[in-house]
Amino acid sequence: MARYPKPAAGSWTEHYPQLGTGPLSYEDSISPEWYQHEREAIFKRAWLQVGRLEQIPRTGRYFTKDIAAANTSIVVVRDGDDVRAFHNVCRHRGNKLVWQDFPNEDTSGTVRQFTCKYHGWRYGLDGACVFAQQEGEFFNLDKADYGLVPVHCEVFAGFIFVNFSEQPAQSLREFLGPMLLGVEDYPFGQMTDRYAFRVECRSNWKVFSDAFMEFYHAPVVHVGQHPSQLRAAITQMGYEAPHYQVEGPHGLVTTAGSLHRVWDMPKENVKPADLATRSGLFGPWDKSDLGELPPGINPGKIDPWGLSSFQFFPNFAILIWEAGWYNTHQFWPTSHNTLVFEGNVYSLPAESASERVGREMAAVSFKEYSLQDANTLEATQLGLESGVIDQFPLNDQEVLVRNFHKATADWVHEYQREPAGVRA
Amino acid sequence: MALLPSDFADFEQFAARWSLATERERWAERMSSSIDDMQAFYDAIIPEVGEAIAYCDKFPLDDMPEDAVNLLRLIYSFVMVSFAVELWRQQSPPDTLGTQFERISEPLP
Ligand code: FES
Ligand SMILES: [Fe+2]
Repeated sequence: MARYPKPAAGSWTEHYPQLGTGPLSYEDSISPEWYQHEREAIFKRAWLQVGRLEQIPRTGRYFTKDIAAANTSIVVVRDGDDVRAFHNVCRHRGNKLVWQDFPNEDTSGTVRQFTCKYHGWRYGLDGACVFAQQEGEFFNLDKADYGLVPVHCEVFAGFIFVNFSEQPAQSLREFLGPMLLGVEDYPFGQMTDRYAFRVECRSNWKVFSDAFMEFYHAPVVHVGQHPSQLRAAITQMGYEAPHYQVEGPHGLVTTAGSLHRVWDMPKENVKPADLATRSGLFGPWDKSDLGELPPGINPGKIDPWGLSSFQFFPNFAILIWEAGWYNTHQFWPTSHNTLVFEGNVYSLPAESASERVGREMAAVSFKEYSLQDANTLEATQLGLESGVIDQFPLNDQEVLVRNFHKATADWVHEYQREPAGVRA
Repeated sequence: MALLPSDFADFEQFAARWSLATERERWAERMSSSIDDMQAFYDAIIPEVGEAIAYCDKFPLDDMPEDAVNLLRLIYSFVMVSFAVELWRQQSPPDTLGTQFERISEPLP
């Protein structure tokens, strides 16, 4: 018996008839050839989130970002109100332009100009080549022809996105669409206390993302995060979301607040350290005052509302929590069966030690459950790669997983038909 | 030289080991500590953790005396070991030894 009403079609999945209800093949997650198609059709065509404005608050601040799926590194730099992105490659003889100590690691800093470590060519923040060492030795060299190669770059709600197409088929806002645009007025820019995490995992990027699109696994994989006397009941109850939404390749799942309100629970059902720090798995208990939230945060109008997880195709997610904080997930493939997983936990700057302690508890909880996910997903990859099974049933709580795999396939197929214009 | 404020002299025995500045160090200490050691640390801290937090609250975060910073770091370590003690009864969550999840930046202190 469903705890929450389902759409008139009978299920969330059937509410989106394009999804079908049949089993899924996971061939898309074990095939090296398919991954090569995804690189071309998706990672070199879609808008990709690469960082936040707060990472580059002033002119000359920059960060580099290695994007293996697009086979490049970029440098993203602030110049006044503008944010620009360039391929991180020197125009002289191709040296990686910006790096420190380890050529294959990302870096960040402040510059007035970018200077190549090899022969000293220099580039302005607008990418123009402003200096070529021993310029007179070259043959009719016009520096104006040797600026850094730009990458399309747009900012939404303080999130910096890039697009590697020559001419993106859609602006960032068109690509995101109304559902994701609905988070725009959330005060992301004020939430500068950041706990950042990173791990390299042996799993396909979609297999990994899948686990962050459904909470069906949560009462099983993560049940140990709850006091032992509650575990059997939590697993038995299972998980249902009161609201799902699919919009093009993107997705949304909302969770009911009643699940999160640890502070309303009898004390014996709360971990002692959570009681001591007034924080835990669902974040600090004392709500940050963010003012009125934009209605787009909770488009299903779920009351009590707990969490909305917005899935930005292809590889980014923003999770906005009732208690006034948010976190992000990002899944960067490095091969058909490896990825870099990045997680960030953001809140308003703590004003006191007790607030900091609450955030520390939330950040440690985030790590504990992310470890459970990461290791499980390596196991999933191994199971899939055995090739023993080629059809997998998905339930209604996995509707976003279904949409995600369909969307990646649609992008690949559309690109194969019509390489120039892929749309969301 | 005491590391902690005198009000918390009974925590002093844990300070050299557990007053650690970063999550990376606290995680490493948890991974290499026995459950008995962590239980002893946890049991000593938990009855007074509220007072310890309240003590740290007397100072602005960006201008805390060194002994209060050490106390705050000890509280962070309490949070770190609480998972091993309260939930897992081992250092890391079950079935997670094959992976890592490194905290690469955090607000300080
Ligand atoms: S490769 Fe950059 S200056 Fe020569
Ligand atoms: Fe999970």
